[in-house]
Amino acid sequence: MEFLLQGLSATTWQQLVMYVIGSTLIYLAISKKLEPALLLPMGFGAILVNIPFSGALNGTMPGIGEVAGILEWMFEVGIEASEAMPLLLFIGIGAMIDFGPLLSNPKLVLFGAAAQFGIFATISIAALMGFPLKDAASIGIIGAADGPTSILVSQVLNSDYVGAIAVAAYSYMALVPIIQPFAIRLVTTKKERAIRMPYNPKNVSRMSRLLFPIVVTMFAGYVAPASVSLVGLLMFGNLIRESGVLGSLSETAQNVLANLITLLLGITISVSMQADKFVRYETMLIMLLGLIAFVFDTIAGVLFAKLLNLFTKNKVNPMVGAAGISAFPMSARVVQRMGQAADAQNHLLMHAVGANVAGQIASVIAGGVILGLVPGMLV
Amino acid sequence: MNEVFRQSLTLMWQGMLAIFVVILSIYLVLMLFPKIFKKGK
Repeated sequence: MEFLLQGLSATTWQQLVMYVIGSTLIYLAISKKLEPALLLPMGFGAILVNIPFSGALNGTMPGIGEVAGILEWMFEVGIEASEAMPLLLFIGIGAMIDFGPLLSNPKLVLFGAAAQFGIFATISIAALMGFPLKDAASIGIIGAADGPTSILVSQVLNSDYVGAIAVAAYSYMALVPIIQPFAIRLVTTKKERAIRMPYNPKNVSRMSRLLFPIVVTMFAGYVAPASVSLVGLLMFGNLIRESGVLGSLSETAQNVLANLITLLLGITISVSMQADKFVRYETMLIMLLGLIAFVFDTIAGVLFAKLLNLFTKNKVNPMVGAAGISAFPMSARVVQRMGQAADAQNHLLMHAVGANVAGQIASVIAGGVILGLVPGMLV
Repeated sequence: MNEVFRQSLTLMWQGMLAIFVVILSIYLVLMLFPKIFKKGK
């Protein structure tokens, strides 16, 4: 009868903590609708992998030997060996994005670059806290506000904190409607938030839409070759969308592929949420640093917009700079809502959407740049 | 100042420079697009 109690007696307090964390993620996903497609699988996965002797993980059976567990196998094949899951997801994301608002107002692309500053500021703060460079860089990339990029970079850099980084990245993306208004108010006045920006949509030529993904991939590839897999697959998805001759493939990438990978990515990444790796002091620090990254991104975007306003005739609402983070479309909606709170007739949505899709591009470039620079500093 | 922090500062300026170079290049191309490709083409 001993075998009936084997699991119970092997349970550690850290595993109990993970059950609470897993349940909290499920609660947030269902009740609060915070990134449910990711937080729900991650939450349930966190429970699965922390059950003592879980069959979802690789293990050893007496008399049989090593036995593969499905989640650990998917982690090894889909994330650890090739980073296939986060990368393939970019095809779907690329197919979903309409770069029209950006092509219509090219100036907005600059905000995407400025709003990546939080990544590097956070890396420095993490370094000051004593994290090794590979972990500091992995933590900083939470500021990319892009879950797949965070998973990919932390995995390639072989960080010890992949699980905590993934949870922080997705949690804060879901909390953008709370974090960004706070950060924006810190560095803007109501008068600045009320600045109106006329929207004059231009007819973007088909050739521009077709060449855009190719040109972006080439530029990013030459300056930061490590970004080619990230930027390349994102832009591949977009080229499928804009080609106009691959309607069913575009639809499949946007729906079936993106949904399938999201479903598997969430539950697979939970392998990195095993109690012994997750329940530790550093996880709390990572959650704090992730928050700092989002706040710094937002502030940098806003301040950059203010800087541009010193040199341009047509003033930009500084809040549009905050939409230069990758969290799409939450960030654009935040800017639109705050603009209307300052002036009911202020419509900033399309400008913010343009900055937001620029943030998508800049965040994957940032991921590639970090992958290109950090390994050289580790040797 | 510890070595990792010094490296992180190097990473900061090199990283932001690389991102701005790519983004500015994209910006310049986007500015050229309407001139090269007229409406409707």
